[in-house]
Amino acid sequence: MSAANRGTNADAASEDTAAPPPAPGTGDTTPAPNDSEDRGRGILKSIVTGSSLVAILAVVLSIILGGILIALTDEDVAAAASYFFTRPGDTLAAAWEAASSAYVALFQGAVFNPRADSLALMFRPLTETLTVATPLILAGLGVAVAFRAGLFNIGAQGQIILGAMFAGWIGFSWHLPFGLHLIFVVLAGFVGGALWGFIPGILKARTGAHEVIVTIMLNYIAIYLVGYLLTTPSFQNPGSANPISPRLDDTALFPQILGPQFRLHLGFLVAIAATYGVWWLLNRSTVGFELRAVGANPFAARTAGISVTKGYVVVMMLAGGLAGLAGVAQVAGTEQVLTSGIAASFGFDAITVALLGRSHPWGVFFAGVLFGAFRAGGVQMQTLTGTPIDIVLVVQSLIVLFIAAPPLVRAIFRIDRKKKSNGQKGSKNQMASGGAA
Amino acid sequence: MKLELQGITKRFGSLVANDNIDLVVNPGQVHCLLGENGAGKSTLMNVLYGLYEPSDGRILVDGKPVTFRGPGDAMAAGIGMVHQHFMLIPVFTVAENVALGDEHTKAGGILDLDKTRARIREISDRYGFDVDPDALVEDLPVGVQQRVEIIKALVRKAEVLILDEPTAVLTPQETDELIQIIEELKAGGTAIVFISHKLREVKAVSDVITVIRRGAVVGTVEPIASTGELASMMVGRQVSLSLNKAPATPGETTFTVRNLTVPGPGGQNLVDNISFDIAKGEILAVAGVQGNGQTELTEAILGLHPHASGSVQLNGKELLGMKVKDIIREGVGFVPEDRKVDGLVGSFSIAENMILNWYNEPPFAKGLAMKPAVVLKNAKEKVAEFDVRTQSAEAPVSTLSGGNQQKVVLARELSRPLNLFIASQPTRGVDVGSIEFLHKRIIAERDAGTPVMIVSTELDEISELSDRIAVLHGGELMGVVPGDTSRDVLGLMMAGMTAEEALGQDASVPGERSSATDGRRAAGEEER
Repeated sequence: MSAANRGTNADAASEDTAAPPPAPGTGDTTPAPNDSEDRGRGILKSIVTGSSLVAILAVVLSIILGGILIALTDEDVAAAASYFFTRPGDTLAAAWEAASSAYVALFQGAVFNPRADSLALMFRPLTETLTVATPLILAGLGVAVAFRAGLFNIGAQGQIILGAMFAGWIGFSWHLPFGLHLIFVVLAGFVGGALWGFIPGILKARTGAHEVIVTIMLNYIAIYLVGYLLTTPSFQNPGSANPISPRLDDTALFPQILGPQFRLHLGFLVAIAATYGVWWLLNRSTVGFELRAVGANPFAARTAGISVTKGYVVVMMLAGGLAGLAGVAQVAGTEQVLTSGIAASFGFDAITVALLGRSHPWGVFFAGVLFGAFRAGGVQMQTLTGTPIDIVLVVQSLIVLFIAAPPLVRAIFRIDRKKKSNGQKGSKNQMASGGAA
Repeated sequence: MKLELQGITKRFGSLVANDNIDLVVNPGQVHCLLGENGAGKSTLMNVLYGLYEPSDGRILVDGKPVTFRGPGDAMAAGIGMVHQHFMLIPVFTVAENVALGDEHTKAGGILDLDKTRARIREISDRYGFDVDPDALVEDLPVGVQQRVEIIKALVRKAEVLILDEPTAVLTPQETDELIQIIEELKAGGTAIVFISHKLREVKAVSDVITVIRRGAVVGTVEPIASTGELASMMVGRQVSLSLNKAPATPGETTFTVRNLTVPGPGGQNLVDNISFDIAKGEILAVAGVQGNGQTELTEAILGLHPHASGSVQLNGKELLGMKVKDIIREGVGFVPEDRKVDGLVGSFSIAENMILNWYNEPPFAKGLAMKPAVVLKNAKEKVAEFDVRTQSAEAPVSTLSGGNQQKVVLARELSRPLNLFIASQPTRGVDVGSIEFLHKRIIAERDAGTPVMIVSTELDEISELSDRIAVLHGGELMGVVPGDTSRDVLGLMMAGMTAEEALGQDASVPGERSSATDGRRAAGEEER
């Protein structure tokens, strides 16, 4: 926020007036202390708020590359490749067979399984997908909402754990009537996550401590904290040496919305409601206006009388609270007990989900469902075709890679950048002319 | 060395930044490129300097076609460029900066600066630069830093020197000195390409003026053309350069600043013990070279500097210590110096930017809920009223030109009842056509009885708008003088003299002003 830094921003924009590519070698004489951080933020911003077309193409590209990887590691393909030069068709056929059968199995495990006994069971994979998607969506919203305010919340993992811890404790140690108990559980989960978001938020606001570092460290604290608490009498299941809590009261659990044969629970509806709520908050409320202004341009927000520091605290609490709800979905939905592995890797996958969803609430929702499908279908794929479930991780990672490099995706799909972004470029010129007084 | 550009065209996709431009620069001639921001001046010079490859056309040096693949080629051909933002390393000495990129070494790769020092002294003596090769660049005033840039070019044997908006960062006195230097260089046979959009200095310095509009040459004229003529060529229509505003009718004094001090990070005060008043219906213009405390002064009034001390009272209410939000709600309209950074959220729509500091007030919001329909309706009205050129009020504000962006900021700030209006650099980077409109709106706000404070580094704007002028130097108030104070006195005050000293000096040595200044003064009179 130093004068020098602001000068540099303006200068960078003012170096040319009518030319899209920035002139190399022009810049400022005074190096700005925060320049690199700002640039980093700029990159993050472009990654997280890139175009939806790039996101979709990134998924397509990753699935294609995943298919190639599946083919390359397949034994039949390897066998056919040994006589590739005599009958290359065999290799290609085997490769196609390997990749397509793996993806078919993935689909059957994630959406619809035609070989099941009843119609309801045929759709069981889809409900599994939505069940797994629930914490991903909620935690993804937590990452996304922070990002809209310009903060990179890496701490969803810890926030999920804290949410699960608070919710779980209320769930097994309090005994309340049906309905009321669940409400307390949900609230406690939100509060637990919000607490874990408040810490980096207030440190950022008061001392400028970087939220990425603080949230990463808080993840470790949360992991070891829950591990420790599960060895104490107040959390550990009596009569067991394992670090597992007692089962939550039935009154504290999310009801299964499609009956006992499906794991899909009310938490999914909470995720839908949260998605809508976050959308409304960001786009239709004064709080969201403030948060978006702080995220998009903290200098202008400050000049407009919006408290940037308050925005940081509020958004981190909201982000933590949403991730905390993901913890509730885990402890009161699928797991029903608190364990040290309650968050699995949802907190980290949530970052990917937020990236893929471009930090838009409904984008996050669908990205969460997609990743839920990967997880749910991956198991089926492994059992049916022997394709290691790790390939799903590879596909997920590839998605991030491609989203992080939009020019790569554009180049692969030959999207004419100039044509697509003419308006944007024009704006940059005009912005530039503003600075060149 | 004679430099010719023939039919230079530069396209970026569908955008034609330069359209078939011809230009001849002769030795010992100052050739001025005049055009508004975005007219394509810088693009043309970047083509000439080898930073861009022209889409069409060719460059000839002494009649022979040449191709520049980069600035190195251009420099080797004898073309030097002084960028608007200097390319100097502050912690290096002058000699080190000059040597950079073209270092001489002794045996064993040890840097040999002696030759460079000698060259700097030689050039410095020849043209009267007065530059010490061993001074640290960061210790030098801006005007001297600019000379270091010129020396850098001359050491590399530049015969054509491109100066890109060289006066943007200079005081009027430093500008005079620069003009002197240009005269010397010209006498020595160097060709100068002088890029500017400031009519006055263009007329003072140039031998030939080429006017560029929307990437194309609209005409080449002699400097005897009137400023009005040049302005209409530049803009493409008749513009009135003077407002003929009615004299101010100041009412009661409602805004007082007493002993305002803003401490800086290094212990020195950015704003040092400043006191002044503004009455209703009066414009106080704050003049000064960029970076002399103007920014901090306005920001402190808006409550952006928590450590400011002293007193700032509006209608008897102390503003210092209040939150920015509350100060805005006291009726303070604020146009920040850098609209892109402080005034607008680029990715937000025009409609959202129109309520950026009023978003949670009725009728735009009720409780937590905002009312997008009302926000949009308001924006459409304001877009029409302020003639913001845009396809849609829902377009991101960053898609607008600088002038239209500034209209959005002014529309926002002038649309609510104000008790004080502060505008920093209200027309920076704004095309000449819009300046007229924006100035009229500011005067209208004054005439409606609001105390107005304008901060500007452009003396033209200061004299155009002001009823009284306060001059800042190094964070201190040099004095408050009447609006019709001469540019020379203002220039001396901007360089650090008090009002009394400046008036005294100006009266005592009238004959010693440079001829360039007289030219500038004559141009100024003609304009009025």
